[in-house]
Amino acid sequence: MTGPLIEFRDVGKRFDRLTVLDRFCFTVQQGEKVSLIGPSGSGKSTVLRILMTLEPFQEGTLTLGGISYHQPHGRGPFKASERHLREVRRNVGMVFQSFNLFPHMTALRNIVEAPMAVLGLGREEAESRALELLRLVGLLDKKDHFPAQLSGGQQQRVAIARAMAMRPRVLLFDEPTSALDPELVGEVLGVIRMLAHEHDLTMLLVTHEMRFAREISDRVCFFDSGQIVEQGSPDRIFAEPAHPRTRAFLKSVLAESRTA
Amino acid sequence: MSLAQEILAMAKGAEMTAIVAIGSTLIGAVLAFAFGIARVEGGRLLSWLALIYIEFMRGTPLLVKLFWLYYALPLVGVSLDPFTTGIVGLSLNIGAYGAEVVRGGLQSVATAQREAARALNFPRRHTLLHILLPQAVVEMMPAFGNLAIQNLKDTALVSLISIADLTFRAQQIRNLTLAGARVYSMTLVGYFVMSLLVAALMRFLEIRARRGAAFAHSAHG
Repeated sequence: MTGPLIEFRDVGKRFDRLTVLDRFCFTVQQGEKVSLIGPSGSGKSTVLRILMTLEPFQEGTLTLGGISYHQPHGRGPFKASERHLREVRRNVGMVFQSFNLFPHMTALRNIVEAPMAVLGLGREEAESRALELLRLVGLLDKKDHFPAQLSGGQQQRVAIARAMAMRPRVLLFDEPTSALDPELVGEVLGVIRMLAHEHDLTMLLVTHEMRFAREISDRVCFFDSGQIVEQGSPDRIFAEPAHPRTRAFLKSVLAESRTA
Repeated sequence: MSLAQEILAMAKGAEMTAIVAIGSTLIGAVLAFAFGIARVEGGRLLSWLALIYIEFMRGTPLLVKLFWLYYALPLVGVSLDPFTTGIVGLSLNIGAYGAEVVRGGLQSVATAQREAARALNFPRRHTLLHILLPQAVVEMMPAFGNLAIQNLKDTALVSLISIADLTFRAQQIRNLTLAGARVYSMTLVGYFVMSLLVAALMRFLEIRARRGAAFAHSAHG
């Protein structure tokens, strides 16, 4: 496919009166690893949530893997059919800040459930896929544990395996380490780093881990007030930010991490 | 009438009470899930119909509903025997309260769980049956326990549409023996024992549900 895998064109998103995204444009190529950084409330998570079809938007067009959905100007919240949304979702997976594992299922069952129910895989195939992923995230020995028996870092690694089991073309990470105790952050970043080496997988990462964003991204986008104020290669953004707001943000974040 | 005969008659009444209570609780549970799910997951029309059912049943006295089914329904051409009337009336009544419990239980499952299910692209039906309900049922069990006991006690009203339940028998025996104190004391004890059994059963089911859901609240392993 030649065009971008993801394209936001003039997307407008409002919560009641509050405008979160206004004529928002953003494209991502297949296989790109993009980090979204910026102050909280700047719309980065909203971009991921719109991509995952968790949030409706009011204006513009979103194209994902060749499938578009859009809302003509001035009309109410878009109402794409459930069938259409499920079509869009086939390409996308998401890792949440608070893991959101199913508490009544073991780690293994958390991972096999969707491949069996949605992709129609047989149990044997789904389990071998799941076990392979559990091995990859280093939790093969925890396959029969329930989420409550796992640490936050372990839960997040299971959640990543769960998302990967659907073989998405795009994997979205919404602050995947923000809910973790500091000593557990590393193990989760390790797994994400490993996935970043997968050539075809497109990754969008909302994060406050600046060093990590710099390390794994092909491109870093700085968000402020629902706009991408500045974007570019991580080395350029972090070493010589052009926009004053980017500079101010990076300065405050880096100062914070020094005092922490 | 000897004491033994009295007790035998009361036991027969208690048996009928038990049958009516169990039957209406089970049917009521089916109604509770049907209407409770319709409230939360149904489209606008279904949700609205469920709301009407729930509010109507909660807003009208059970006794009047039983009388209506017993005396008024035959006038429009539908004649049910007393036993069926009692079961239908009680089920419709308790089903409405149960539907509110089901609604509350489903809504208590965190939005995050729905979003996770959506991100994995589950069909709505699968999300409901395999993600939401197993978690919600655990939350519903204590309230279901209360309703089951409430329903057991409500069955006493079916004596007024000539079902020979425990209350009905007690009145018969009192009319024969005029030993009101003894008869009604025995009746109270009868209901109390049955409600203890219901409470124990519901507690058992609650523990089972909790274990089945396996929210192992153990320390990090």
